[in-house]
Amino acid sequence: MRYHRPNLDVLAHTILIIGALIFMLPVVLAVLASTQTPGALFSGTLPLWFGGSGLEHYLTLLSEPVRGVGVPAWQLMLNSLLMALGIAIGKLVFAILAAYALVFFRFPFRRCCFWLIFVTLMLPIEVRIVPTYGVVADLGLLDSYPGLVLPLIASATATFLFRQFFMTLPPELMEAARVDGAGPWRFFIDILLPLSRTNIAALFVIMFIYGWNQYLWPLVAMSSADHATVVMSLKRLTISMDGTPPWHLATAMTVLALLPPVVVIVLMQRWFIKGLVDTEK
Amino acid sequence: MAPQLLIVLVFFFWPAITALRQSLYVQDAFGLGETFAGLANFTRVLASQSYHEALFNTAIFSVSVALGAMGIALLLATMADRVLRASRVYRTLLIWPYAVAPAAAGVLWMFMFDPTLGVLSRALAALGVHWDFRLNGHQAMALVIIAAIWQQMSYNFVFFLAGLQGIPASLLEAAAIDGAGPWRRFWTITFPLISPTSFFLLVMNTIYAFFDTFGTIDTTTSGGPGGATRTLVYKLYQDGIVGLDLGGSAAQSVLLMLMVGLLTLVQFRYVERRVQYH
Repeated sequence: MRYHRPNLDVLAHTILIIGALIFMLPVVLAVLASTQTPGALFSGTLPLWFGGSGLEHYLTLLSEPVRGVGVPAWQLMLNSLLMALGIAIGKLVFAILAAYALVFFRFPFRRCCFWLIFVTLMLPIEVRIVPTYGVVADLGLLDSYPGLVLPLIASATATFLFRQFFMTLPPELMEAARVDGAGPWRFFIDILLPLSRTNIAALFVIMFIYGWNQYLWPLVAMSSADHATVVMSLKRLTISMDGTPPWHLATAMTVLALLPPVVVIVLMQRWFIKGLVDTEK
Repeated sequence: MAPQLLIVLVFFFWPAITALRQSLYVQDAFGLGETFAGLANFTRVLASQSYHEALFNTAIFSVSVALGAMGIALLLATMADRVLRASRVYRTLLIWPYAVAPAAAGVLWMFMFDPTLGVLSRALAALGVHWDFRLNGHQAMALVIIAAIWQQMSYNFVFFLAGLQGIPASLLEAAAIDGAGPWRRFWTITFPLISPTSFFLLVMNTIYAFFDTFGTIDTTTSGGPGGATRTLVYKLYQDGIVGLDLGGSAAQSVLLMLMVGLLTLVQFRYVERRVQYH
């Protein structure tokens, strides 16, 4: 049959395998380099297997203050985790409450509220970075966890998704709940939340990755080492006076920075795909 | 409702309005007073050589990233769509770069291209190309483009694969029976049917290249050498946060807002149309 061509399948597999390998190459090389002793790394021969330092660089980074940052990497990772969780949970809570109000309640200026939230879709924080810094400084929130998290929560993607989802629910659901004597709060807790479980999981994965990978805002607003995150600290290890960075540490730090979100995406792949495709529709 | 509205008002509208206001004023050197300047900030920014350069860099960068990341993703997604049973495995192998921070992606590729011990710079040296992105502006641009493509490809791959799997197999079978080969089938059936996905991805890739790549550029080239990789957002950061030129950076903010607003509008018109006709 013309439709099925086995040799094309072989070609497809070959291209895919080559593609997957190319995409893995930078991370594999970084992992290998992070296990080399500085001497072996800078001697000039290409290290293509694990080196003599093993996990030493990782342990150094995690336990001793990182060069140019001032705190050990475990604290940076903890700050990143707090920021990612804060952003993910904060966005979910605000979004689900706002969507609930927008869909199930009639109140004055409802359309106006909707548009106020809606326009925020357009502007990533990078665009309004200077005035946002001013606002957060005026509120005295620089170098604090609320200052790190709150400006990044101001976005509408999640609100939209929940709004779309709530609007697909049949109105009979709410009427039935009312007939059975459930108040608005009860309806929200016992009916809406369980129904939204998959949406919540999917959005959580997306928002966690988004939060963990933030770079510019923490860099600008968190000047003290106590609130520094691991992603924003990468640059401290890649700039150097004599041109060549301390690559044995820089690669180890990069691996530390990319490991948690990559693990999340691989383990929760199903939710991730759903979240990604849903948020953009 | 109320909490989100409050957050949005304080951390979104307040800054946006401040930017609008600041863009119309000129601050003195000590930040003590300001005078109304009308559109002077805008004319100053739009007339400056460095803004033109940043605009040009951003254009080159976004077009390269969008075309590169979408081209590779479409190729891989088409292949993955062929081998249905294994496509989930390949999807796992190809989507994880999405989770890597743009800043980390920059560091990974900077290591590959390190002038003294990078794998790729050595390979290039063997081919007779002298590689040093710290001195050569074109090479620096190539480095950040490659890092951004590497990171953004997985996003496009997810959407292209979903789009391809949504094409009814009966259409392709009918074409095969009529004697259309795989190449012909791709260009006459598959490609037109995924064009809405492609258009959507084009907008998303442009937005990614405009904003999310700040980390990629900052960790690797810091906008250099000599401003060769200074994009609009990078210039905004340098002028506003480092250079403390409030009026000028606010004007740049407003200009960027207009550009994104335009993109979003285009996107919306397209979404509306899709809802109507499909």
